[in-house]
Amino acid sequence: MKRTATALLAAVVLLAAGCSDDGGGGSSGSADVPGVTDTEVVVGTHMPLTGPAAAGYSKIAPATKAYFDFVNANGGIHGRKISLKVKDDGYNPANTQTVVRELVLQDKVFAILNGLGTPTHTGVLDFLKTNRVPDLFVASGSRSWNQPDKYPGTFGFNPDYTVEGKILATYVKENLAGKKVCFLGQDDDFGRDSLAGIEKILGPVAAKQSYVTSNPNVGPQMGALKAAGCQVVMLATVPGFTALSIGTAAKIAFKPQFVVSNVGADPTTVGKALGAAAPLMEGVVAANYLPLTTDEANPWIQLYKKVNAEYNGNAEFDNNIVYGMSVAYLFVQSLQAAGKDLTREGIIDAVKKNGFQGPGLVPLRFSDTDHSGYGGTQLTKIEGGKAVFFGTPYTTDDKDAPVAPHTAQAVTPPQNGVPAA
Amino acid sequence: MTDIKQKQKSGAPVPDLAAPVSARRRRIPAILVIVAGAALVLALTYMLPPFRNYQLATVGAYLCVTAGLTVLTGLNGQLSLGHGALMATGAYTLALAQNKWLNLPFSFLLAIVVTTAVGAVIGLAAARLRGPYLAGLTLAVAIVVPSVTSTFDETFNSDQGLSVVLDPPPGTIPMERWQAWLCWAGALVTVLALVLLVRGRFGRDMRAVRDDETAAKLAGINVARTQVLAFVVSAACAGLAGALFAFLAQSVSPGAFPLTLSLFLVMAIVIGGLGSLFGALWGALLLVILPTLSQSLAEEAGSHRLEGNLALVVFGVVLVVVMLAAPGGLASIRFTRLFRRNR
Repeated sequence: MKRTATALLAAVVLLAAGCSDDGGGGSSGSADVPGVTDTEVVVGTHMPLTGPAAAGYSKIAPATKAYFDFVNANGGIHGRKISLKVKDDGYNPANTQTVVRELVLQDKVFAILNGLGTPTHTGVLDFLKTNRVPDLFVASGSRSWNQPDKYPGTFGFNPDYTVEGKILATYVKENLAGKKVCFLGQDDDFGRDSLAGIEKILGPVAAKQSYVTSNPNVGPQMGALKAAGCQVVMLATVPGFTALSIGTAAKIAFKPQFVVSNVGADPTTVGKALGAAAPLMEGVVAANYLPLTTDEANPWIQLYKKVNAEYNGNAEFDNNIVYGMSVAYLFVQSLQAAGKDLTREGIIDAVKKNGFQGPGLVPLRFSDTDHSGYGGTQLTKIEGGKAVFFGTPYTTDDKDAPVAPHTAQAVTPPQNGVPAA
Repeated sequence: MTDIKQKQKSGAPVPDLAAPVSARRRRIPAILVIVAGAALVLALTYMLPPFRNYQLATVGAYLCVTAGLTVLTGLNGQLSLGHGALMATGAYTLALAQNKWLNLPFSFLLAIVVTTAVGAVIGLAAARLRGPYLAGLTLAVAIVVPSVTSTFDETFNSDQGLSVVLDPPPGTIPMERWQAWLCWAGALVTVLALVLLVRGRFGRDMRAVRDDETAAKLAGINVARTQVLAFVVSAACAGLAGALFAFLAQSVSPGAFPLTLSLFLVMAIVIGGLGSLFGALWGALLLVILPTLSQSLAEEAGSHRLEGNLALVVFGVVLVVVMLAAPGGLASIRFTRLFRRNR
């Protein structure tokens, strides 16, 4: 009996030891809103800092944090400093489950901001809904984020992959008519939504292949596409797999025109993964809806570069940094709009009200009935190792709306770089 | 298997729940321990904050599989590196059944039945293999999970996995407390069943087969049948554990059942003490505590790159230290004896 008792006692002691760091949870503020005090608002995110999708994406959260530090140094928002807790999930949906629970239940964050990944974030939607946690600006273009009835607190950020697919396919239809078009995509909602958009414009593709991030080999897929005689290959891939696809194709002397989804097209990240083979990217067509890093004259880029130099240790400036800071800018705008008495319902209402003017080339679609992010994108082409915009931005929806050019004057950031109320 | 035998011979006191009891130590009725454990868990679920309850539930789910595995490896001498795959079988069965019929008790039952059937198939093959070949076979099972989910992606939805539809917990019970209750109910029932099983004739058969197959055969024990049965019992436990994990995470994906999980399970029962159900409890605790600990360590060190990788290092170090200090595992440390000597 003694041995039993000792073992049980030891178990309790261990559990208690595990609890000891529990006191750190933010003391609740004025209205008892989790993660909010009079001087601070704590938000959390899950990001692939390690694992198959870490290339490039691991730079997003530090950039978001850097912009928050910049805002904090300018006095914060409504007297509150913004603090961002970043958890690594390694792009593994099982880890996301754990880290998001930790953020919500233990760290008591106010909201989850910009959680990254279609397969990863899909698994925590129900948990976040049950706990009524605002789930803002998910870093993915899956259409799952736009289900206002089912998930009233979840909002997207990226143009959804179907919208993007339609716009990329329109380019192919107009400029590469008569060529054999094929598709390689991630074997989840990312790939499927993208393909749905492409096929809405082009009809069925000549051949389609898929890959999983846990298996870093696309040899069989590229071989099959070559055998099918593809002349255009449209990719719905994360950056590591964009590089892998382009590299593998070159190895087997397969030289199609690549057309790549925005999330897998950052030239800096893909170029780094390709190493000496980076020139293979020349001529790749992709899309973007935020200013490009190479556009030195753009006031947004100037602002972000300044913040990056001062608060992000002058990290190598790529599209991931532009992305991270644009998310931060939008969150700060939402905080401003939600007002001094910050509540979870308040910020959701503020996002729904929309009217945000920011770095995006096309408008955000947020409304009572629409929770998807940017409504379009502009085409880019890699020339001399740099992505450059061509044509005009296009907007459309994930249904049957036509792909239409969008003409509106781009706004410039406020003088001090912090959005006003 | 031979090294397990050597470990036993080396004189390390591997505590054996069903070992011949010395006159000094009377055997405690297993049911008392289980009731005490249930009371303790119930009390803890009211004391702990939600996230700790979630972790407590995870310990319970792990205990199901470690208990089954320690019986298989410690008492029957079969090494399985594929229990992660058996857990995945249970988890996917629960997910598919839940999404179709939304009847939780039935889904759990189905998960256990299906995993038992899969376990029987693997067990039949495993009973013909010895040592490294057995390890190789079970390893292959563990590795095949992601490929199966991406090959049959219409059913299993590839890397993204499936989400599990769940009814809200009854009444006003918080979700995390409900999870802890269910997981520990599963764990305690599993442990009780295993104790009853290994204390009886089947336990003696298993140990006889482990120690010397020829001698066991001479004694009239059907070696192959015992081995297959041991594997099947252990698979049923793994199936329940997997189903509990699916219930806990409200989703299943191949990433939740990687090869490292199977390896961690074996490490956990070795650290805890092979063949001991208390060792299985220690192992289950470590499986939850060590990754959490290493993550907070990495966070304090300020290196995000470490976060995903430190757990492996910590586990390895703990294994080395425990094997040096207490070769029979954590469960072999007798606090009472230490106290007595001090007195």
